[in-house]
Amino acid sequence: MRARGPAGAGFRRQVANYSFLIPWLIGFFALTVGPIATSIYLSFTDYGLMSPPQWIGMENYVRIASDDPRFWTAMNVTFTFVLLSVPLKLAFALAVAVALNKGLRGLAVFRAIFYLPSLLGGTVAIAFMWRQIFSRDGLLNRGLEYLFGYDGPGWVSSPSTALYTLVLLAIWQFGSSMIIFLAGLRQIPQDMYEAASIDGAGRARQFFKITLPLLTPVIFFNAVIQTIDAFKAFTSAFVISGGDGGPIDSTLFYTLYLFQEAFVNLHIGYASALAWVLVVIIAFFTALSFLSARYWVHYDD
Amino acid sequence: MINLALKDVVKRFGSIEVINGVNLEINKGEFVVFVGPSGCGKSTLLRMIAGLEPISGGELIIDDAVMNNVPPSERGIAMVFQSYALYPHMSVYKNMAFGLETAGLPRKDIKVRVQKAADILQISHLLDRKPKALSGGQRQRVAIGRAIVREPSIFLFDEPLSNLDAELRVQTRVEIAKLHKEIGATMIYVTHDQVEAMTLADRIVVLRSGIIEQCGRPLDLYNKPANRFIAGFIGSPKMNFLDIEFAERRVQGTVFKLAAEEIVVKTSEDMGAGTKAVLGVRPEHITTGKTAEVKLGTLTVSHVEQLGGQTLAYGRLEDGQSLTIVLEGQRAIATNDTLNVGIAHEHCHLFGQDGNRLND
Ligand SMILES: Nc1ncnc2c1ncn2[C@@H]1O[C@H](COP(=O)(O)OP(=O)(O)OP(=O)(O)O)[C@@H](O)[C@H]1O
Ligand SMILES: [Mg+2]
Repeated sequence: MRARGPAGAGFRRQVANYSFLIPWLIGFFALTVGPIATSIYLSFTDYGLMSPPQWIGMENYVRIASDDPRFWTAMNVTFTFVLLSVPLKLAFALAVAVALNKGLRGLAVFRAIFYLPSLLGGTVAIAFMWRQIFSRDGLLNRGLEYLFGYDGPGWVSSPSTALYTLVLLAIWQFGSSMIIFLAGLRQIPQDMYEAASIDGAGRARQFFKITLPLLTPVIFFNAVIQTIDAFKAFTSAFVISGGDGGPIDSTLFYTLYLFQEAFVNLHIGYASALAWVLVVIIAFFTALSFLSARYWVHYDD
Repeated sequence: MINLALKDVVKRFGSIEVINGVNLEINKGEFVVFVGPSGCGKSTLLRMIAGLEPISGGELIIDDAVMNNVPPSERGIAMVFQSYALYPHMSVYKNMAFGLETAGLPRKDIKVRVQKAADILQISHLLDRKPKALSGGQRQRVAIGRAIVREPSIFLFDEPLSNLDAELRVQTRVEIAKLHKEIGATMIYVTHDQVEAMTLADRIVVLRSGIIEQCGRPLDLYNKPANRFIAGFIGSPKMNFLDIEFAERRVQGTVFKLAAEEIVVKTSEDMGAGTKAVLGVRPEHITTGKTAEVKLGTLTVSHVEQLGGQTLAYGRLEDGQSLTIVLEGQRAIATNDTLNVGIAHEHCHLFGQDGNRLND
């Protein structure tokens, strides 16, 4: 009895403690674990909302791999977007951060101005604005005509340029990466540069031999975050293409294709399988980055 | 032969002048130490010599060439930072080689130079390590090694030992002195540790609020401080300062009143009766007993510290002025004891009210 008394009290206290987690646990199971499990299940079924799901085993995945040209189009568009937008965005963000870090007057103001697009960039309204700017008689073409007398094409309505307007929109949202780069640059001690200047290193050599290596943890972090973000990009393509990934599937992002399959064509089962393929792709690239990090990321601790 | 000269050098940050016209000539191979209280401009002066801080006025001359606008790497200097400032992502070898690689030296020569410096500093076994895998003392050596490989004509040190523990500090101090003998380059060394200054320097430059207060050999500064500030700054424990009053001139010297005592100081100074002055006496020069040349009166001891080799006693004279004395050996002194204290003529430092030295 004596031994169990305190243990019982301890248990009661533990219950009390854990009970505070209940709201979170409810959310976690109802909103995260539940849907995940459901979508895994659905990816092995033929399900069209109208009738109950039919178990069809691996058939969805087999079709994705062997018999779905639009899947490969979506992959192509998405990879082009990721491979262009992520490096360009990071390079641009780093360049601006380095410039701002030079001790510009009114740093706070510029920081806010440059960060603004990141806050607004993901919204439907901005995507609409982008669509207006790059349309046949949009702001860009007006400007080109006024300045150079050049009559530009409809950038968003031409299959050869539509994707690049989306890349531009992504780069325009460089603010959050820039803020993180700025914080990283601030961390590099000034005396490192002083030592380097006594060693005779000029601006460029200082940047490539001191700044970049010391910034690799931040570059790595930004690259992973931005790559995952780019794979998941949706809103901008949805708005600019009017929801169909056009013209001629040139902006058919993976997520957009998934959306169409699920909510336009009502192939919920197939769309679930597509979603899981995307998860695997993202996981693969993230794992790859972490493995490669050993060879190029410099950690100081 | 003059290696480096500062002519009316001035430094302003905005409208604040932190170095107000410094003139100094440093000979080849000389070891010069800048000392002074925190914020007096030691680092600023050193950084101007290094080229890390623009010079607002005056001239910096190295080997007969004006260097005001020459980039740091072309001044023939090397600097050891207080923080060491090692490149954390490079191995020890790369750290030391970086400057030479920048200068475009052939790999073979770089290797020879780095190896030679590593041998001098006994860090050859550490060459493949990253700085984070080194102890504080080893980092310090690497930082010095990085300076040595540049084969500069002038070494600049900014408080290089302040991050080391006491024992390592003494050891490294000795090694820096040896290094100086070995390579014979000019060294300019900033510290606020006066023991480092006394032991390392050929010449000490004492700075205060951006001006040179005194510049001379360590023992000259100790024996004949030019003013009360230097007197208090050099020597440990600090010199005692006693307020005294001029009484009259006699053949033997000038008579001052200190409490009940009449003390005679050998100086030719003549002042009006009642003029105030300050007598400086170093704790280690004060003797006990009744036979001293200059009697300072009786000291009532308020606190005693036994250091083993020395005994420190703190107390007050009859008129309440406090006095610290250092006696050799282990003395049986207790709180509230009274001692007759005195000092030899040659150890008296007399300062006027403006703080300047009066006797010679
Ligand atoms: N970048 C700067 N901007 C404005 N004032 C500065 C700057 N750097 C130094 N100062 C001022 O110049 C004066 C001298 O500074 P310095 O660093 O040379 O002192 P120091 O003698 O090296 O002191 P310490 O012993 O504490 O290192 C100080 O009053 C300091 O506040
Ligand atoms: Mg300093």
